[in-house]
Amino acid sequence: MQLIRCPWCGSREEVEFHYGGQAHVSYPENPAELSDAEWARYVFFRANPRGPLAERWVHAAGCRRWFNAVRDTSTHELLAVYRIGEPQPEVAR
Amino acid sequence: MADPRARRSPLAGWAPQLQALNGAIRAQELPFLTQLNLRLDSGGPAADPVAKVLGVSLPTVPCTSVGSGVYEVLWLGPDEWLILAPAGSAPELMIALREAIGSEHAAVTDVSAQRTTVQLSGPGARELLAKGCAIDLHPAASPEGSCVQTLLAQTGIIIVVRDGTATDFLLLVRSSFAEYFAAWLVDASVELTEPA
Ligand SMILES: [Zn+2]
Repeated sequence: MQLIRCPWCGSREEVEFHYGGQAHVSYPENPAELSDAEWARYVFFRANPRGPLAERWVHAAGCRRWFNAVRDTSTHELLAVYRIGEPQPEVAR
Repeated sequence: MADPRARRSPLAGWAPQLQALNGAIRAQELPFLTQLNLRLDSGGPAADPVAKVLGVSLPTVPCTSVGSGVYEVLWLGPDEWLILAPAGSAPELMIALREAIGSEHAAVTDVSAQRTTVQLSGPGARELLAKGCAIDLHPAASPEGSCVQTLLAQTGIIIVVRDGTATDFLLLVRSSFAEYFAAWLVDASVELTEPA
């Protein structure tokens, strides 16, 4: 159990949060022009690094806001949190 | 025969057990409070007219609440509040708020039946809540006016701190979880109260 810092509420227990997949996957600008392969890439393909990954999280049992976080996939440590719309912060590996 | 039209609050059946608590813990349901959910841009043009209706500005600091004497306005999110008002006042308050909002992008929803409210007080109240909740409710960390949405004994809850000595709280729990919550509360109170 770690504490996660909600960008609104501050530090709360991890059980109050839910994970929402990779962050910054933007909707295609011209969806009608995409091939099946390109759609598949948008819908199903995600980064799978060992180390820091930008992800979406939601403070489900608290303010119920979505935010972004950089999590180290090998240690499960949340290295940084930032609000939707804010740039992804640099984190030291 | 019982009147089928009579309203029954979620914790009506638990009133005797809650009333029997004594010593360091006192608890009672405040049934049928009007609860309105307000979605609004706090920096937008509707914020001031709404504040005029409520008698207080919408709190914009996360996890705080403000009271006007009549209304209690709880911060739920950066664009979301819960307004507590006396029982039965929903229709007229909703009309007043919608008039204040006018054509601005906002929403007022009556959610009075979603949660019921329990007033928990007494010198043992903070210790009781600590049995099921990780939030630090010491006055140094949670001063009067704090309002946290969190988990208490695994059920979602809103805790409003009503004084500066951690002896007076409002707890808002979803109606369908209310009886579970009351059972937990009575059980957790055992070592803090005098035997009946
Ligand atoms: Zn939060």
